[in-house]
Amino acid sequence: MTTRLVVGLDGHASGERALDFAIKQARLIGDCDLVVAYVIEWSPFSFQTAEENAQRHKRREEEISTVMSRVIDPAVNKLEGLGLKAVGKVRHGDVADTLNAIAKEQKAAQIIVARSSEGGFSSRIFGSSTFNLVKAADLPVTVVQ
Amino acid sequence: MTRTMMAALGAALLAAPAAAQEGSTLDARVNEIFAQTTGPFVNFIFAPLYGTDFPWIVMWLVVAATVFTLYFGFVQFRYFGHAIRLVKGDYSDPDDAGEVSHFQALATALSGTVGLGNIAGVAVAVGIGGPGATFWMILAGLLGMASKFTECTLGVKYRNEYEDGTVSGGPMYYLSKGFRELGLPGGGVLAVLFSIFCILGALGGGNMFQANQAHAQISGIVGDYPGWITGLVFAAVVFMVIVGGIKSIARVTEKIVPFMGILYVGAALIILIAEYDKIGWAFGQIFEGAFSGLGVAGGLVGALIQGFKRAAFSNEAGVGSAAIAHSAVKTKEPITEGFVSLLEPLIDTVVICTMTALVITISGQLIMDPQTGRFVLDEAGTAIATVDGNTGVALTSAAFAEGIGWFPYVLAVAVVLFAFSTMISWSYYGLKAWTYLFGEGRTKELVFKLIFCVFVVIGAAANLGPVIDFSDAAIFAMAVVNILGLYFLMKIVRRELGSYGKRLRTGEIVAYKN
Repeated sequence: MTTRLVVGLDGHASGERALDFAIKQARLIGDCDLVVAYVIEWSPFSFQTAEENAQRHKRREEEISTVMSRVIDPAVNKLEGLGLKAVGKVRHGDVADTLNAIAKEQKAAQIIVARSSEGGFSSRIFGSSTFNLVKAADLPVTVVQ
Repeated sequence: MTRTMMAALGAALLAAPAAAQEGSTLDARVNEIFAQTTGPFVNFIFAPLYGTDFPWIVMWLVVAATVFTLYFGFVQFRYFGHAIRLVKGDYSDPDDAGEVSHFQALATALSGTVGLGNIAGVAVAVGIGGPGATFWMILAGLLGMASKFTECTLGVKYRNEYEDGTVSGGPMYYLSKGFRELGLPGGGVLAVLFSIFCILGALGGGNMFQANQAHAQISGIVGDYPGWITGLVFAAVVFMVIVGGIKSIARVTEKIVPFMGILYVGAALIILIAEYDKIGWAFGQIFEGAFSGLGVAGGLVGALIQGFKRAAFSNEAGVGSAAIAHSAVKTKEPITEGFVSLLEPLIDTVVICTMTALVITISGQLIMDPQTGRFVLDEAGTAIATVDGNTGVALTSAAFAEGIGWFPYVLAVAVVLFAFSTMISWSYYGLKAWTYLFGEGRTKELVFKLIFCVFVVIGAAANLGPVIDFSDAAIFAMAVVNILGLYFLMKIVRRELGSYGKRLRTGEIVAYKN
């Protein structure tokens, strides 16, 4: 049976570390494919102006397209170049909840993320996405340093 | 051009103190010209029904809200719980994450309505119509939920979705498209008329009234100074956002305003809890005043007119503005946004306006004759006499200060932010109407935006009377056209309601979250 790993990317060096670790794991496992996922932080309960709302669909498409071309496609190409099977996913939402949802939906064996060093004020107050994922995930999570 | 304008505004601001003396003369001249120009329009909109003192426009709004309530079988009560679940996102498709949610559409629409109508408008209503006006305001809020439901459903159903992914919606679109779909003539004419009144409403209630009351609030704190100075500062900031594209200012405001709203309601609750022994008395005044007038100007009818007028001005049900704000939501079922929108008058009028009215009533700011227990009228005999002669936002401020001494300072900030947020919202509504009439294009849009900024200065400089009259008249003129169209289009909404209700009952429509 094929083992599936979900790798959370963030467009930074930390995401690259998570991807490199996932490649090593996939090779050790053998029959393994990867889902590289990027979650665009978004809340349905945020406040926007009427003009922002009117342009929201357009902006959403642009955000997905930018992430696909700059983060997901290069990662999938890298994995395929190494002979690994991989698909990419881009979603909007809470990073921890959405990564967990993708992993469950893909029937993954585990989630691999990296500890991000880019923590702002909000992450100090509310905890980082990585920390929240470890707390709330329904399946094993590996946090790469 | 932007730089030139900014330089001109900056120069004017620097010259402000020296020009303060001439300022009051300028204010008086602006006020005089403004009152003369808008007089006939205002008189027509507020003309009384033949042989009575009752303005036909108020009857128009009340009848419409009642008709929609009955026609849709008290939809505001039957689908209230469902509306809450929609706002919570229980029925939102997870694949639509990142699109405009029901909550966001509601919050955006609320940021355009919750504001000075709730603070200054209620004070005007209670000041003229007495506490009894609150009863009619609540009733108007409850009935208005059905008007809002009707217009917002149509707003989403007939919105324009452009190839670049942006959307435009509102009465001008459902009037033209809806009438065409039904094979009825005149939809295009109504759409054009609505757009004209929407532009006037944007310049009046959505702009001048806001600037005027923001100036009243600021000068109440820092001392009297010419209104055009406040107008220029506001115009400069609005200019930076809507012309300069400095979205960060609008974004920060959009985030602060909801907290200001919560702070306002919280402060009202604290005062009401502290004065809990007077709440029963205040409600007594509200109910008694609603049917007897309690000796206020105009008696029962005066209370009723003020209650309905200020409720409509505050929650804008039937006006059509909300249909523009709600139309950007992501949903496959237009009627779901109708359900969500009916929460707007409830939050705005039934909850927030009632709190303001209760605080004013309890505060003792309205002077009462201890012998008769009836309110004392002012010298002109047109409103209840108040301590220090306060009206509008100053009356609300003084009422809150009775309970929380420092609250006027917070209220001043809240009023300025509410005013600014409402201006930004209405600049968008006005722009949508403008582009409907004249077409899209940078120059055309810039012309409207510049006119909008000029009216900020006029609004701050003019007296409250002419400004409030014109603001009301312009907003109610929108309702004349919008409601007329809604009568013809409401059968489309009923068809949607029937279909949705059936699918909800049979389990065809299921929640994604339980």
